[in-house]
Amino acid sequence: MICLGIEGTAHSIGVGIVKNENNKCKVLSNLIKSYRPEQGGIHPREAANYHANHIADLIKESVEKTDINFKDVNLVSFSRGPGLGPCLRTTATAARALSLSIKKPIIGVNHCVAHLEIGRGTLSDCKDPVLLYTSGANTQVIAFAEGRYRVFGETLDIGIGNCLDKFGRAVGLDFPSGPKIEVLATKGKNYFELPYSIKGMDIAFSGLLTTAEQYYKNGEKLEDICFSIQETTFAALTEVTERAIAHTEKDEVLIGGGVAANKRLRDMVQIMAEERNASFFAPSKDLCIDNGAMIAWLGVLMHNSGIRMKVENSFIDQRFRTDMVDVTWRD
Amino acid sequence: MIKETILYQGAEAKICRSKYMNFDTVEKRRISKSYRIKNIDNRLISYRTKEEAKLIIEARNQGVSVPIIYDVDLKNGIITMEYLKGKRIKDILNNFDEDERARICRMIGENIAKLHNNNIIHGDITTSNMILMNDKIHFIDFGLGEINSEIEAKGVDLHVLMEAIESTHSRYSNCFNYVLEGYKNKLKDDAKSVIKKIEDIVKRGRYR
Repeated sequence: MICLGIEGTAHSIGVGIVKNENNKCKVLSNLIKSYRPEQGGIHPREAANYHANHIADLIKESVEKTDINFKDVNLVSFSRGPGLGPCLRTTATAARALSLSIKKPIIGVNHCVAHLEIGRGTLSDCKDPVLLYTSGANTQVIAFAEGRYRVFGETLDIGIGNCLDKFGRAVGLDFPSGPKIEVLATKGKNYFELPYSIKGMDIAFSGLLTTAEQYYKNGEKLEDICFSIQETTFAALTEVTERAIAHTEKDEVLIGGGVAANKRLRDMVQIMAEERNASFFAPSKDLCIDNGAMIAWLGVLMHNSGIRMKVENSFIDQRFRTDMVDVTWRD
Repeated sequence: MIKETILYQGAEAKICRSKYMNFDTVEKRRISKSYRIKNIDNRLISYRTKEEAKLIIEARNQGVSVPIIYDVDLKNGIITMEYLKGKRIKDILNNFDEDERARICRMIGENIAKLHNNNIIHGDITTSNMILMNDKIHFIDFGLGEINSEIEAKGVDLHVLMEAIESTHSRYSNCFNYVLEGYKNKLKDDAKSVIKKIEDIVKRGRYR
């Protein structure tokens, strides 16, 4: 089975084509384009316009990059949510149009679950992981329990990526600020104490953000503040992940989401995993960030387990929670 | 040197048997983590050790049974406390007859009310964290606890127990109602608002 997946929950629009080979995911193509605001953060409507302008060409290019034709595509998958309304609607419209024109079934999938399944689908030995999913809007620790992907811990206020972007904006860095903060942090040496807020397996960042901005206003070195932000937030993320592993008694850790591209975060989670004798898994960068291939792969899994969707029922859901998905494709 | 016996190992700490003077004790040792920088590691370990010891002592002052604390080592993150020669509620609750189970659960509720009357939030009330000894409920592991007067915090505290009972003692899920009976009896404020809060938390649906 070959599936074309369209991702468009936030600032990125992605089209991926995957093939099911013995229940493992083979990525045939995976193209991503990202909207860059001229200033400030993502404006949902502008991002949706960007997606609308690029989606048709992106679909065409993604098929041209492979050996297949449109007639070989068996299924069209799209990200139903969670995400920004205008972006989701644009993506879903593109998916419906494609589904109707090539006369192939459509399926809408949960974006967060897709981040986990692409790890299981592409990495051998990754079977039952605890996922630390860190992106702009989402910060969740997810694992499979009793028929669903349960959220064992998550942010109580803003996502980690959002926290980094907001700090970046306050100090004059462009969006997305994460990669710039990562570079600055490597030059930082002095640690400034920041609030470390964990409640059970949940986590909060807004207090830390305010304090970090204060340090900047007080004239402290930006490199040192970036270093302190990374060390504090990533330690907290690693800790909640470890708590979830201990709680669920699993022995695999997977990371996903845009912030998972950060080397320091990867290193910390890996060290934690090694100290617990757990296996550490990280998908390649283009499968870590928001991408169409993961949407396509989850579509394959759902379709194979018998789930069907009609175009007229292919609604989007801005608040589509991870634990709302009935996981019919796993025991 | 006696070989150390680890009773339990969690994500954050391990519990080992030990002797202090001539008493049977356990040591709760917080584990240093090499993934975080020394500065954060030291700060978290010493802060949490101190907070936990304070909460245990505060609970005792309010007449709630907890282990006696013998020693607190902030530098190494070790709390030395009484070894409770009792049974975990988790292991015995399912074996009682209905009347006894109801009595124990009411007792649990009364003790939680005593904690909450003084704004002590345990943070992880599960049947694994309660020990029955001398016909008294002893609370252990205040590692996620805090002092908090908000109804939300008290609701979350009870909600954790509700979930623990549903998962571990699912055949006797009326246990939680007995807990609430005891809680209502001993809570100084109106327990209604806390119980309403538990319902709200369930409705949020985020928690399992």
